[in-house]
Amino acid sequence: MKAFTKVSGVAAPMDRANVDTDMIIPKQFLKSIKRSGFGKNLFDELRYLDEGMPDQSCEGRPVNTEFPLNLERYQGASILLARENFGCGSSREHAPWALDDYGFRAILAPSYADIFYNNSFKNGLLPVILDEAIIDKLFTEMYAEEGYELTIDLEQQQVITPSGESFAFEVDEFRRHCLLNGLDDIGLTLEDADFIKAYEKKRRAEAPWLFDTIK
Amino acid sequence: MAGKTLYDKLWDAHLVKQRDDGSALIYIDRHIVHEVTSPQAFEGLRLANRQIWRVDSVLATPDHNVPTTVKERASGVEGIEDPVSKIQVKTLDDNCDSFGITEYKINDRRQGIVHVIGPESGACLPGMTVVCGDSHTATNGALGALAHGIGTSEVEHVLATQCLVAKKMKNMLVKVDGKLGKGITPKDVVLAIIAKIGTAGGNGYAIEFGGQVFRDMSMEGRMTVCNMAIEAGARAGMVAVDETTINYVKDRDFAPSAAHWDAAVKEWQNFVSDDDAVFDSVVELDGSAINPQVSWGTSPEMVVDVSAAVPNPSDEADSVKKAGMERALVYMGLQAGQKITDIHLDRVFIGSCTNSRIEDMRAAAAVVKGRTKAASIKEAIVVPGSGLVKAQAEAEGLDKIFVEAGLEWREPGCSMCLAMNADKLGAGEHCASTSNRNFEGRQGYGGRTHLVSPEMAAAAAIAGHFVDVRQFELEGE
Repeated sequence: MKAFTKVSGVAAPMDRANVDTDMIIPKQFLKSIKRSGFGKNLFDELRYLDEGMPDQSCEGRPVNTEFPLNLERYQGASILLARENFGCGSSREHAPWALDDYGFRAILAPSYADIFYNNSFKNGLLPVILDEAIIDKLFTEMYAEEGYELTIDLEQQQVITPSGESFAFEVDEFRRHCLLNGLDDIGLTLEDADFIKAYEKKRRAEAPWLFDTIK
Repeated sequence: MAGKTLYDKLWDAHLVKQRDDGSALIYIDRHIVHEVTSPQAFEGLRLANRQIWRVDSVLATPDHNVPTTVKERASGVEGIEDPVSKIQVKTLDDNCDSFGITEYKINDRRQGIVHVIGPESGACLPGMTVVCGDSHTATNGALGALAHGIGTSEVEHVLATQCLVAKKMKNMLVKVDGKLGKGITPKDVVLAIIAKIGTAGGNGYAIEFGGQVFRDMSMEGRMTVCNMAIEAGARAGMVAVDETTINYVKDRDFAPSAAHWDAAVKEWQNFVSDDDAVFDSVVELDGSAINPQVSWGTSPEMVVDVSAAVPNPSDEADSVKKAGMERALVYMGLQAGQKITDIHLDRVFIGSCTNSRIEDMRAAAAVVKGRTKAASIKEAIVVPGSGLVKAQAEAEGLDKIFVEAGLEWREPGCSMCLAMNADKLGAGEHCASTSNRNFEGRQGYGGRTHLVSPEMAAAAAIAGHFVDVRQFELEGE
């Protein structure tokens, strides 16, 4: 996993509540057996005016010129400003894969759906939680200023605006540690293999019906 | 010291290691795998040269992509017409074969939707931790298990370590007392709950469904309710173990053998919340006041009684919510104030991990029996949740009832719930659907979903529009 320490970039809006994972990456693209290449179909049904198909080039597709990510001013954005309950719906990790592949490194929102929140950390994508009033303020500033750039400093746990104003955010210590260092979760867990084996040994004795039934 | 909740007990029973940073390693007893969220996990294992920790904990089946017509199913995986879907199902087969995982392949009679076959086979049991790369895994919580969806990275993590890195969730009790009225189903109960607490109401919580309504409910009904915990924002939903649970599990394929049965039951009976358990949040509903529910918008919280009208955004004070309602009305092609019973319907879908079990099939069949599908409904499909549900329904003659009424009887799979196979809505079409999500485009590009119970969907197929199934039955009797 790629590390996340400090990211500065243009912020783009996804100005609606309850953005679901079907909206982030529609189901037809989930047929891929790969982990990459989802960025061109991020928000497909909002970005384009026709129905997208897997393995189709997006060159020449009719574009929804009103959708923010299609506007000149938000090109190259790496920070997504969003609303309440972002990423609700399915557990598809294709959602953070698509956001990451498009070029987003962080999301700022008042809240996230639990599974999406979890999945993001596994992919070097930082979901920052800020109070609704702060998010409102950032939306207002962003709309007012073309090229509005934010800096997200995970080390210091701060979001910094162009005027130098900063907002602190909370993040789990374990997740922060993994993200700062780009650590592989599985490798870390396997360092505790003895604990897992000891638990298993105890449960085999107590509850043998849990083992060796499916084979 | 306060007592423990069901969730506290399940957590404690699976705690491998509490880490200093607040995270914990939780042991996973059962892992169900399907074709959509697993290929990248298997690829990750191969790239890192890792093995599967406990292959006997894993059960796999293809469900999301599989075709549901007899014709396209006839020659198994090779017969899947969509080449991209075919590759994904084949990839699952190949991965299971090479890693030695038990898989119910496409035309195995035990194949079906992951959340239907888990409880049905006894692979998922009370007191277990169950995960699957699918958000509706909470279905298994009906057994008194801790069950939730995970992403693909976590699928890989569980395959490699048998554990999840987790942080304990908060406890929420959703208590529904009273007695449900005639014609009121578990689906109506869960839709009413989501309408009350909202799609984000359960974020950060594990929900226990308690109260008389759930005590009286069948296991399959409890599965319908737990299935949609995620639509209320909660990863996990669960119901305490009781006699109904234990009777359901007995004699299933992977249930404990006679030698272990008594010990297992003794352990399972502990999986109830203590009388003095403390919940972080308690929500109460009066079961006797719940009416048949229909969703009108593009979020599962946008639900009203069948007798109501489409709500007016101008009555909503919250500006973000109001904007969401306005957008939903445009997408759904509806007007504020329009009666729910006046919405024109094009298609009916009876199926999905929410409502495709034998009781759902029976309930829908009872409504359409001796009646005929409205000519204005282009297509009404009934998709059983597994090969075993299908076989049971056919043994009871339900398939004939559906076909005689003009509905189509299909092969098992996820089907039009998320339209990854050929079963989908056309743009602008309205569908009465027993599935779980009414998101934009969910059932097909531009499709318009209305979530309802199997009884309500069946009644809509006959009437051509929504009707209160309670009146409908009276008229027919």
